[in-house]
Amino acid sequence: MSVSLTLLLTAGVRVACGVYLVLERTLSRIILGFVLLGNGVNLLFIIAAGKPGLPPFEGSGDPEAMTDPLPFAMVLTAIVISLGVTAFGMALSYRAWQLFGHDEVPDDVEDRRVLRRRRRRSPEEIERLPWTQALSEESRRGALAQSQGFISAEDEDPLGADLTSAEDVPQDATEADEGESASDSVIGRRLAARRAARAARRAPAAGPATDTHREHTDGGGEA
Amino acid sequence: MSIELLLALPVMLPLGGAAVTLVLRHHARIQLAIAISALAAIVLVSIILGQQVIEHGVLVLQIGNWTPQLGIVLVADRLSALMLLVSSVVTLAVLVYSSAQTVSENVEQTPVAIYHPTYLALVAGVSMAFLAGDLFNLYVGFEVLLAASYVLLTLGGSASRVRAATTYVIVSLLSSVIFLAGVAAVYSAVGTVNLAEMAVRLDGLDAGTRMILELILLVAFAIKAAIFPLSAWLPDSYPTAPAPVTAVFAGLLTKVGIYAILRLETLLFPVSEISTVLLAAAGASLLIGIFGAVAQTDLKRVLSFTLVSHMGYMLFGIGMVTQAGMAATIYYVCHHIIVQSTLFLAAGLIEHRGGTTNLIKLGGLQKLAPVIAVLFFVPAMNLAGIPPFSGFIGKVGLIEAGIAYDRASGWILIAVSVITSLLTLYAIAKIWNRAFWQEPSQEIIERDVPLPHLMGGATAAMIGVSLLLTLLAGPLMTYADEAASAVLERTPYVGAVLGDEAAEHLQYRIDDQGHRIDENGQVVEP
Repeated sequence: MSVSLTLLLTAGVRVACGVYLVLERTLSRIILGFVLLGNGVNLLFIIAAGKPGLPPFEGSGDPEAMTDPLPFAMVLTAIVISLGVTAFGMALSYRAWQLFGHDEVPDDVEDRRVLRRRRRRSPEEIERLPWTQALSEESRRGALAQSQGFISAEDEDPLGADLTSAEDVPQDATEADEGESASDSVIGRRLAARRAARAARRAPAAGPATDTHREHTDGGGEA
Repeated sequence: MSIELLLALPVMLPLGGAAVTLVLRHHARIQLAIAISALAAIVLVSIILGQQVIEHGVLVLQIGNWTPQLGIVLVADRLSALMLLVSSVVTLAVLVYSSAQTVSENVEQTPVAIYHPTYLALVAGVSMAFLAGDLFNLYVGFEVLLAASYVLLTLGGSASRVRAATTYVIVSLLSSVIFLAGVAAVYSAVGTVNLAEMAVRLDGLDAGTRMILELILLVAFAIKAAIFPLSAWLPDSYPTAPAPVTAVFAGLLTKVGIYAILRLETLLFPVSEISTVLLAAAGASLLIGIFGAVAQTDLKRVLSFTLVSHMGYMLFGIGMVTQAGMAATIYYVCHHIIVQSTLFLAAGLIEHRGGTTNLIKLGGLQKLAPVIAVLFFVPAMNLAGIPPFSGFIGKVGLIEAGIAYDRASGWILIAVSVITSLLTLYAIAKIWNRAFWQEPSQEIIERDVPLPHLMGGATAAMIGVSLLLTLLAGPLMTYADEAASAVLERTPYVGAVLGDEAAEHLQYRIDDQGHRIDENGQVVEP
């Protein structure tokens, strides 16, 4: 089967641009990337239909000379689906902007946890010790005491620790969430109080709950 | 009226129900009644379908009387009939459960009016994916269920759900694009998207092209099935949704992916070169998933990680491609759909009583809420594979199949699955210690909310179904065995869709030992 190079190149460029946009951090750009990606893939279907021929109407000519209509039917379906999904994605991105003031995609919860644990240690300490012992003595003692119930775990890092849907505690609290409706509820209020207490205790160093934004921008997290 | 028309009902009923419930959005009670009756009807239809499939073999419905090559075909063989039955029972039970919980406790903030239509659309998508007879229809089924799942995951549009859904939507979109590219590639390679015809024509392609097509589709399905290394999205997105929604997602959506992989590895690409890759992915999923589960402090996150881990068991059976392995996988899929949904429903009960799913804050529920303790204990032990529950039977089946497989990869995976089973027990014991034994906080003692009968009843009913899997293990295993042999034989499926003549053009079949046999009866080494 011979393939039109123009179509193939167009599809390739679209997919490449789409992939580039999908690797961005904001949801709206990612959605735009998917629109491009989807269009590139739809072009692949048109390539799969083979050479252009006569319109495929019953009895209007030699079936051999007609264009294969099936891929076009599939492309149409795919276009309709991507229309709906794009609309949903844009709505989601708008809602994220309403709630947080930005529509950045959050990092993986586990990644952020590891990052925070690293930040609690001093950098010299980490350099000196092999990776197996890079826990500070203090944090190790703290973990022991906590596991034996001497100190309450109340002040634990809230990240990913409480996903209660009823009270709707954010997975990763930022300042933008502060004025949210969730804090009207009992747990929300308690969390907010605890957050304030912790921020006061750790001042002037920024507590983990407030520096999420920096995590997004500095990427490497070498703070 | 022929019996084949029944095949359209599992898709048409929920779609019609979704339309009607959307119109009646201001009448919550009527909505609920319609949704429940639609799902109950599907349970009935799938029982009849199962019976018909046992009696008459594979059922095929050609919609609009188009030929299978051109039109949409719905196919029910033993495998899809069983999947359909289990999924409809689970969706019905979860809907009854959610009717008492009204999706989430903060009713006034949640637009419940769209819950029922979306839920029914999700069911339609799942049924369509199980019944689809062509690859593009499978894609549409996936899209229907994914679009519905986006809405269900963001119900209420609160901060945590929007965050969780962002990851989920992006990953799902990516898998959809890959799937679509796979469909396009398949069409240009073999000129058809009908699964049966693809099976015949793909046999004639050269090995390199086959492998590329297989890998594209496999990646798309593996993202949906949350197989390591494509599983990182799952624990971040599932736990924030309301408990019933998470229950359906955890039970069904990943299994639709596994079902698609099973079809891919048997019907389309029998005993391909990449079965070692599948086994490696299975082992990695098992171990990494369960290590993740052990490290968590939130109940729903622990359960999500065990879900990732246990997908490995099913992939283990598929990777071996022996009849025993397939049969055990089919049984295990049924078991896992039911037990994982039940666990998330029980987690919803714990949250209802304790006000949180944070294991550090929970405590003393064994004394405070003994009913919930029982409702959690039974499925938890089932998940860990304690006899006499179905998890034990499924795991024994897989391990036996692994012993019969008798290759180094099989032995390694047997070891890994036993370790995973043990660590699952550890993770479960950790939940039990923290949530049920630890000294309760004053807050939990004061928060004395009664357990709604419907929620407890629905969870208990699910446990009843999971116990049925133990009681009926014999007949069910025989059924799974026959389903597996039909799937490996490939001719029943192709013959039913295209006619016996076309089935003779199939070049390969798989024997009981997982070898690829060509038409002369010779073993073809991959």
